Amino acid sequence: MGTWLFLVAVVLILAVLLTPKAVGNFPLFLQNLIYGVADGSIYALIALGYTMVYGIIELINFAHGDVFTLGAFLSMPLIGAFGLAEGKSTGVGVWLLLLLIAVIVMTINGGINVVIERVAYRPLRNAPRLAPLITAVGVSFILEGIMYLWRGASNVHYPDVLPGARFAVIGSAFISIKDIVVILTAIILVILLSLFISRSKLGKAMRATAQDREAAQLMGIDINRTISATFFIGAVLAGAGGMIFGLYFNSVRFDLGFEAGLLAFTAAVFGGIGNLQGAALGGLFIGLVQVFSNAYFVSALTDAWIFAILILVLVFRPTGLLGMQVPEK
Amino acid sequence: MRWATGWVGDRNRTIYTLLIILALLFPAIADVLTGGEGNHLVGTAADAGVFVLLAIGLNVVVGFAGLLDLGYAAFFAIGAYTYGMFASGQLLGSPLHHEFHIPFWLMLIVGMLVAAGFGIILGAPTLRLRGDYLAIVTLGFGEIVPLVVQYLGPGSPVGNWTAGVNGIAAIDPPKLPFFVAGPWVGAPIQVVKNFDFTNPLAYPMDFYLLMLVLVAVCVVLANNLYNSRIGRAWMAVREDEVAAAASGINTVAMKLMAFAIGASFAGLAGSYYGAKLSLVSADNFHFIVSVTILIMVVLGGMGNIPGVIVGALLIYITQFFVLTNLPDWVTGLASLVGLSGLNQSHGDWVGLHDEVQRLNYLIFGLILVVVMVLRPQGLFPSRIREQELEKGIAEESVFDLREEQP
Repeated sequence: MGTWLFLVAVVLILAVLLTPKAVGNFPLFLQNLIYGVADGSIYALIALGYTMVYGIIELINFAHGDVFTLGAFLSMPLIGAFGLAEGKSTGVGVWLLLLLIAVIVMTINGGINVVIERVAYRPLRNAPRLAPLITAVGVSFILEGIMYLWRGASNVHYPDVLPGARFAVIGSAFISIKDIVVILTAIILVILLSLFISRSKLGKAMRATAQDREAAQLMGIDINRTISATFFIGAVLAGAGGMIFGLYFNSVRFDLGFEAGLLAFTAAVFGGIGNLQGAALGGLFIGLVQVFSNAYFVSALTDAWIFAILILVLVFRPTGLLGMQVPEK
Repeated sequence: MRWATGWVGDRNRTIYTLLIILALLFPAIADVLTGGEGNHLVGTAADAGVFVLLAIGLNVVVGFAGLLDLGYAAFFAIGAYTYGMFASGQLLGSPLHHEFHIPFWLMLIVGMLVAAGFGIILGAPTLRLRGDYLAIVTLGFGEIVPLVVQYLGPGSPVGNWTAGVNGIAAIDPPKLPFFVAGPWVGAPIQVVKNFDFTNPLAYPMDFYLLMLVLVAVCVVLANNLYNSRIGRAWMAVREDEVAAAASGINTVAMKLMAFAIGASFAGLAGSYYGAKLSLVSADNFHFIVSVTILIMVVLGGMGNIPGVIVGALLIYITQFFVLTNLPDWVTGLASLVGLSGLNQSHGDWVGLHDEVQRLNYLIFGLILVVVMVLRPQGLFPSRIREQELEKGIAEESVFDLREEQP
């Protein structure tokens, strides 16, 4: 019950802070809300990978943000290769091609993350806890180094192939096709993921491994395969996130994942690390805080607000919003 | 060094001896290497010392007490800004309308106390959190501090305290105390040329010697802490918090103490850094600095002071000497073996110099991964930890941050 009380308190505080803004100029408020949900959807996709990896091997995977950027970088040449060009492509074909590209990017991204796990984290599974943390930082540098070599240090234009149409909601508030694509993609992937985790055999194995690795092994679960699958799925979601980030913002950079990764990790902790719904909720929340802070409060301090809220939440709910109290071992 | 018996103790003694010899001979070595122009290298070594201090301090938090701190650079920033604000003309433009020039030697202590104070303010409400939640709280704090510092510049609603994005410039250098520099002594300390802390670029030897003294003091302090009752309590908390609490250790107080003491080392390093550079800017204290210090500690060998010092030096040399000079070296090598054509840019090839420079990230990442996979316990781990790892005394990983609050 404490959880709900706390959630209600958080929502109340937000309502008090935001109601005057909403009353003052409702269309602007609604527009920001739409942007915030779209941004938050991307954070949610990254945060899910963080939380899954943490849940299963208790590693803060600092390279995950760069796996997200990799998704954007991998999809760029594919978009060109499949003949999609800015402004020219219309019709159902575009959507099918984009879906195909997304599937390819997600698969490659997942494969790369499995290799990363195999090389950089698996040899250290029984090592001191901080050793894999440092290799994760190393992998992050390697991925950024590769993308830097590939596309240079400055912002790279990402092809703007989605239709630019937008619909008026209320007054000057618009929702564009891009917003809808981002939000829908995130919703669909989150639903697929929770179905997979709760219904499939591999999902069950993941939950068992996260709960007690040794006991799971004794029950005949192939631990290595399960952990590989976790990394694969995490990177699939991050890859999708990277691609829709590119399609949405049309600009990417090699070190994009650094800050996005930090914020997504914050989102995962905010929601209760190891908890899938928590990560999705946390991502959404961070996106909203970011957009509202930029619009209404001191934008130079946006990240400071986010981290300050996080610290406050953790002080009052030490395991995050939806995290459970784990019994003492 | 009560624990340090056996070959690891001998090894630590060897490392200390080698480090002392190296530190004392370094100015001469630098002169020989550069043909009499070693001052630049000595200055770089003095800067490296800042990271040695930071690594020793973070080792107290991470290595001794087992608390993962991902925002350690914040305390470094607090130390540097404390000195910068109270030893320059900066506060003249602040709502105080008065500039302070408090002596460096006093500010060393004040910087330590202020940083420790912030450590307690952050730690008191959050240290009951589980290990990795604590890590994210410290990470958040580490991000908040530079942002807030940058915000409190010109145009902020509470006045200009920190000069914002420009950073505080023209910070006072240390002044030798009156009884050393007074007219009755003659020219101050004739052995070292220009021993007056006024020109660190041309004559860095004064700062270098000061750094050696600071590092020596910190090593002795950290060593004594480790071998004291407090140090043993930290170890107990690190290994099993519930058992430690059951044995009568006030775990929260011990963790808070580790946090505050670790922060105070960073505050000390910050004051020195501000004085040597004569400039502090919020850009120098971001997350990446915290991560670099953590890398130094883990790669050197958590919990073992000489290991951590070696780790700090190796990482510093790799990042700021090898990787920055590598492009020039490779270019020189190419010219030497008759491949100077590679040095020019044509088409997509931007020339060997810039191509190698672009490899920096990649090389550093590869080094981290390879070293950690080959030596997960770090280069020179502490003896106790090594036993636990190699002889399998502890079945679970030794550095377990999952302990629950009691």
